[in-house]
Amino acid sequence: MPRKRFKAIFLALISLIFFILTACSRKNTNTYQNIKQSNKIVWGVKADTRLFGLMSIKTGKIEGFEIDLANALTKEILGKNGKAEFVQTTTKSKIPLLKNGNIDAVLAAMTITPERKKEVLFTKPYFNAGQSLLVPENSKVKTVNDLNKKGMVVLAVKGTTAAINIAKFAPKAKVLEYDDYGQAFTALKAKQGQALTTDSGILAGLAKEGKGYKLVGGNFTSDPYGIAVNKGQKEFASKLDVALQNLRQNGTYNRLLKKWFGNIPGFSIKFTQQN
Amino acid sequence: MIGILTSHWSEFITGFGNTILCSLIALFFSLVLGIGFALLEVAPIKFLRIIAKIYIELFRNIPLLVITMVFYLVIPQFFFKVSGFVAGTIGLSLYTSAFIAENIRAGINSVGDGQMEGALSNGMTYTQAMRYVILPQAMRIVIPPLGNQFINLIKNSSVLAFVAGFDLMYQADVVALSSFQTINTYVIVGVFYLILTLPLSYYMRYLEKKLN
Repeated sequence: MPRKRFKAIFLALISLIFFILTACSRKNTNTYQNIKQSNKIVWGVKADTRLFGLMSIKTGKIEGFEIDLANALTKEILGKNGKAEFVQTTTKSKIPLLKNGNIDAVLAAMTITPERKKEVLFTKPYFNAGQSLLVPENSKVKTVNDLNKKGMVVLAVKGTTAAINIAKFAPKAKVLEYDDYGQAFTALKAKQGQALTTDSGILAGLAKEGKGYKLVGGNFTSDPYGIAVNKGQKEFASKLDVALQNLRQNGTYNRLLKKWFGNIPGFSIKFTQQN
Repeated sequence: MIGILTSHWSEFITGFGNTILCSLIALFFSLVLGIGFALLEVAPIKFLRIIAKIYIELFRNIPLLVITMVFYLVIPQFFFKVSGFVAGTIGLSLYTSAFIAENIRAGINSVGDGQMEGALSNGMTYTQAMRYVILPQAMRIVIPPLGNQFINLIKNSSVLAFVAGFDLMYQADVVALSSFQTINTYVIVGVFYLILTLPLSYYMRYLEKKLN
């Protein structure tokens, strides 16, 4: 019996190691050459974030600023016939999907941070975001300092820079983290916390969606978003940089920004355009 | 992989502790509720049987996540605040108790009718017959399916991750997302769950052998 048991444990270990090895192996190819050959770019985007990328129930397609930007960038790099394909990602899945080659680039409200730079390669910023707070309209919370008290509960989304930052700005508050913005917003509605924190652009979308909530606290950080490509894909990253620069110069970028963020009270487009 | 374990040791241990705590509480309540509703299900009064059937079919056929979300999101809007840990533990207890009740009912039914009749004709009351004759025999039969339910319960406790219950899975998400070592983190978490479930499954097997 002990021998049989040993064998079972041994087999389990072997399969575990095998699983890790297969998971770690990845293709080391040039993304830019690949996309030129296939004439399409696969973008990892958000589908749960209003204004940036949201799955439209009517059309069944993802719509938002980042989708439009991705389409424009694809045309800029591959020419008129270039195709943009969209894969829905979450905060949790975007880097693994990028690393195993399922997507070519991540355009999903991703803040450029030193930790993330160790794992992926970022382009120049395409959206200058800042962290802010979303609270119920009758809330007494006005600035982030109001949250720095015992008993205060701040809601955030797992793996976002906002979750890490709030621990610095309001160390006394408890932070609860959720899987996506929808869940975090629902938790705010269910009064599981006093405020929801993340980048102002995303909060603006949430405030538009559900009445009775407002943005407070201004932008207490400056966290520019970048497009992430796999580590080592310098050629692709520089092509994206050039394409982005062209879009900024020919006015497409400004047009898209105004289209999505044009009439939101308290939201500064000027702040967003900085790079 | 060892690096991620040592650098986030406190997160993993807090998560591990909360998972154990939640599992123990849910284990206790689901067993109590499960036995209770199993007894109602075989009760001689029809009204009690209907109540038990409604309870069991309701909680057995709704996903655990939905039950938990109701306690986490709906109850606070109308009544009082429920923390993620509490909501998850309640959901887990109710969900598992429905399965346990069904298992125990099957166990009770598998004990021959003659046993109950014999006990009653020997002057025992219904309660006594259940307590001293039927249940001890039924328990022996339900140990293996009960073991499965307990293992499922521990694994299902990962539902706490969705409602910020600070369990092992919640911490794993947080660690994976801050370190970007997604695969390594989840492998470690898998091992942590094995530490809980493997001894349990061996203990159940031992118990099964001992009782037979």
